[in-house]
Amino acid sequence: MWRWLHPYAKPEATYRLVEKLLPWFAALTFISLAVGVAWGLAFAPADYQQGDSYRIIFLHVPAAIFSMGAYAGMAIMGGIALIWQIKTAEWSIPAIAPVGAALTVVALLTGAIWGKPMWGTWWVWDARLTSELILLFLYIGVMALYFAFDDARTGAKAAAILSLVGVINLPIIHYSVEWWNTLHQGATITKFERPSIATSMLIPLLICLAGFLFLTISLVMMRLKNEILRHELGRPWAQQELEKN
Amino acid sequence: MPFDSFQDFIIMGGYGLYVWLSFFLSFVVIALVALETAIARKSLRKKSQQLQNRQQRLAKRQRSVSQ
Amino acid sequence: MINASMRQVWLAVLKRDLRIAARRRSDALNPLLFLLMVVTLFPLGVGPGPDILARIAPGIIWVAALLASLLGLERLFKDDFQDGTLEQLCLLPQPLAFTTTAKVMAHWLLTGLPLVILSPLLALLLSLPMQGWWALALSLLLGTPALSALGAIGAALTLQVQRGSSLISLILIPLFIPLLIFATAAVENASMGLAVHGQLAILAAISVLTITLSPLAIAAGIKMSVN
Repeated sequence: MWRWLHPYAKPEATYRLVEKLLPWFAALTFISLAVGVAWGLAFAPADYQQGDSYRIIFLHVPAAIFSMGAYAGMAIMGGIALIWQIKTAEWSIPAIAPVGAALTVVALLTGAIWGKPMWGTWWVWDARLTSELILLFLYIGVMALYFAFDDARTGAKAAAILSLVGVINLPIIHYSVEWWNTLHQGATITKFERPSIATSMLIPLLICLAGFLFLTISLVMMRLKNEILRHELGRPWAQQELEKN
Repeated sequence: MPFDSFQDFIIMGGYGLYVWLSFFLSFVVIALVALETAIARKSLRKKSQQLQNRQQRLAKRQRSVSQ
Repeated sequence: MINASMRQVWLAVLKRDLRIAARRRSDALNPLLFLLMVVTLFPLGVGPGPDILARIAPGIIWVAALLASLLGLERLFKDDFQDGTLEQLCLLPQPLAFTTTAKVMAHWLLTGLPLVILSPLLALLLSLPMQGWWALALSLLLGTPALSALGAIGAALTLQVQRGSSLISLILIPLFIPLLIFATAAVENASMGLAVHGQLAILAAISVLTITLSPLAIAAGIKMSVN
């Protein structure tokens, strides 16, 4: 059943595939983000409780979701790399990690900035923000481990193992932080009220979600192309590719 | 349209600073990732040329040795 | 016959590590002294009031335990890696995932177990109510094996890195957080006379999961580093 995947174990084949798909994903990214952001900023109605500040949600929620999605993707690639010894899967890990880390930073920044009008302070140890912060540390660990090696191949393997260890811990961390948060209800409001969201706000949010999905994929694809070229630098096809532009 | 004028759109009911700061910073972070990718590609190009030059030099030396 | 030799190999690895540690006693002692001194810093930093200290005691002791266990990790496999013993361990017919658990056990006997024994002293220094002492010891007993197991993963992954100790800390600290949360919650509850079975049960569950799965990661890391 998986035989159609076999040609892509060869780095050049993966590169060509990614090269072909990237323009489509880039186009989808621009369109969906433009529509979603414009809709959310200018056309969605103001929130009853939070006024116009809630519009940060159109960045915060998608960034948070895909920060975790990217980690899961990285771990899956790590598993594939270790089990089937596929090089391109190994190389995808340094491709994904910075993108995921950037999404985590976006989620943290938007969450903190949103917190100022909501809770009156730039930072609270809210369960979700704390989880995102720990996720950022996990990403930093994977990237630091990767860069600590002189040989990029070994570095990618180490990062793969670490991301697998991290992904198993991720649900444990997430639930223990949530539980920890219920123990220590401070003076600030620690739980986001989550009433059911109105359709007029949900639709732009879904469009932004799609936008961030395509954005993540596009960025990872761009970085994967670089990683493939980096590791195949000695080969003529890679050298020709780099001479092109 | 929930906003009566462009001014209202910018002010965002008093929350303008937070909303626009969020969008600006998010854009900057994503742009940095994209920028780093582009810069890395340029440096890969340079490395590739260096490698090719070195390979050519070595090939030349091999040929002159074997003559 | 095969089973007996598995046990023999495991015990041989364990005994060797303990014997080496006995020869260089300072290597094993330093993290514990560090722990003691760090714990002493807190009353000096926040003031000696017993109520404040008692409030933050579980957190301090556990964070200090995490830091102390991070201290000795770089050397867990490094010496054997550098003199070739680790490679020999890989070449044994017994699976590497199995034999490395002996080294993890040695690490725990040298760092975790002394911590459990030392905990009443630490509790005393930080004015932790006596009814919390047994919970502290129990939480350390249940949690420190997982610390050693996770630590071994970090040590295995960073064998080829020159000065890997800060990198190991960077990698491991997020993974320690669930243990920290549940252990300190258990001790706090016990100090107030409340039930702690739930927290300790979850702590034990996390430990068991970690100890069961970590050998795979440890072996993968070692094989990667040795090749």
